[in-house]
Amino acid sequence: MTARLIFDRILVYGVALILALWVLAPLYLITIAAFSPQATAYDFPKQLLPTTLSAETMQFFLNSRGVVPSIINSLVVALLTILIALTLGTPAGYALARFRFRGRDAFSVLVLTTRMFPVAILSIPLAVAFLRIGLYDSVAGVALVHAAMAVPLVIIITSGVFVGVSHELEEAAQTLGCSRWSAFLRIALPLAIPGLAAAAIFTFVISWNEVFAATILTLRERTFPAQVLTALDQSLITFKFAGGFVMAAPAIVFIFFMRRYLLNLWGGR
Amino acid sequence: MSARRWREDALPFALLLPSVAYLALLILLPMFQALLLAIQGDDGALTTEHLQRMANDVNFRDAIRNTLVLLVLIVPAQIVLALVMALLVHSRIKGHRWLLYIYAIPLAISDLAAGILWLSVFTQQGYLNTVLQGLGLIKGPIIFLSYENIALVFAAIVVAESWRATALVLVILIAGLQLIPRDYFEAADLFGANRIGRTIHVVLPLLRPSLQSALIIRTIFAFTTFAAVFALAGRNLPIVYGEAYNWYTLSRDSHVAASYALVLLLMAGTMTVFYLRVLGVGKEQLGR
Repeated sequence: MTARLIFDRILVYGVALILALWVLAPLYLITIAAFSPQATAYDFPKQLLPTTLSAETMQFFLNSRGVVPSIINSLVVALLTILIALTLGTPAGYALARFRFRGRDAFSVLVLTTRMFPVAILSIPLAVAFLRIGLYDSVAGVALVHAAMAVPLVIIITSGVFVGVSHELEEAAQTLGCSRWSAFLRIALPLAIPGLAAAAIFTFVISWNEVFAATILTLRERTFPAQVLTALDQSLITFKFAGGFVMAAPAIVFIFFMRRYLLNLWGGR
Repeated sequence: MSARRWREDALPFALLLPSVAYLALLILLPMFQALLLAIQGDDGALTTEHLQRMANDVNFRDAIRNTLVLLVLIVPAQIVLALVMALLVHSRIKGHRWLLYIYAIPLAISDLAAGILWLSVFTQQGYLNTVLQGLGLIKGPIIFLSYENIALVFAAIVVAESWRATALVLVILIAGLQLIPRDYFEAADLFGANRIGRTIHVVLPLLRPSLQSALIIRTIFAFTTFAAVFALAGRNLPIVYGEAYNWYTLSRDSHVAASYALVLLLMAGTMTVFYLRVLGVGKEQLGR
């Protein structure tokens, strides 16, 4: 190997490593911040190594008024969102994967454009409407809006998943006496389950992270990000750090499980 | 046509109907209502009252200016950063799967959380001051996030948002790179192109459609950043999305809030048309 090639190698791996540290550093630092004792919050300089770990800050955060109920609300909203978005989106994804039909392109455009609308433009009129029909300040109301954000994504992911499940298997089952419906249930659906699980995780992430609609549509029944956002003005910095950690940490697990499906999201079909 | 054949033809539409109805009810209808909220008085007559109140609001001009400044700073930074990351992952160096995983983590992090993460870095007793002082570059902690020095506040927001949303651009670009046949890369190597020459002359032109859709998608989403701004700058730095939020939550005025939301949609729409015109993106690429 020539010196030039070795230099080239070092450069490539060096840049790759620096970029990895750039992504990981804030996650590492918020973890230290969230697990430092309360009293050290305004110490300077800060400890860069986890030498004085303590659960004190986290306990203070979880005991703060409204935090635990808001985490529970967030989980309920996310589960409801998954239920609605998968129930509505999976059939559409299947249709896109299996059928050529008139209006197919128009439908794709509808799906793509609805994915682009800022949630503000939906949540403000919906807050007005939900007040009228009694859905305001309820987990169901928030879940309905989150599902509207997630349905386009579920359609895109599931259509990719069903394209990957051979339609010949389904047709073979039909020639062997299955109805179309039971061929779907017995053949396509079980094969699609890992992809559907990925769609469910994506939906969870959308709902877990969404803060604008959740804050606009609730008053007492806050979701977790809504609770943190509305407390931002008058909360201690340790409260913010603990909140940031609890919001961000699940991402490390989520992306690990979704990593195979990441590329289907925006680029592919 | 037999009954069975008709059922087969109607099946795809029956499968699409629930989602179409849902999206119409919860996205298209509210959009229309947002327009009505902005231009209709309580008696139902058309009025420019709400739009005027928005335009006369002290924060209106600042909000639009700040939103555009952030956009211009954040989007190019993300495109460059994501392009480097994407080429690294795509080059199949050892550990490229782990690189993709690490680079993609911020994809599942909200702008609120990203704002708080970087608050721990930029706050006065934070980690950046600790490192700078440890290296002997400063004598005492710098106040990064104060209204006195607004450029530093902008810088902090740009860093936080570039950190978070680069992952989205990365995913679009890697998907685009995978559509380019490997032969092109090998041919370029064969003709002695070095890494940088290969990137500029071979990869970038082929990646153009993905770069364009990344640019458009990222620009539209950049308009909706507000929680990171709240986390880092408080309410001192007005932006359009934040004003829509403030007018609804603090002033309880859904009319002005909806007006701001419409301004946002208008800005995003204008930028999209601008890209399509200036970059000459074909309509067919929008469907990607």
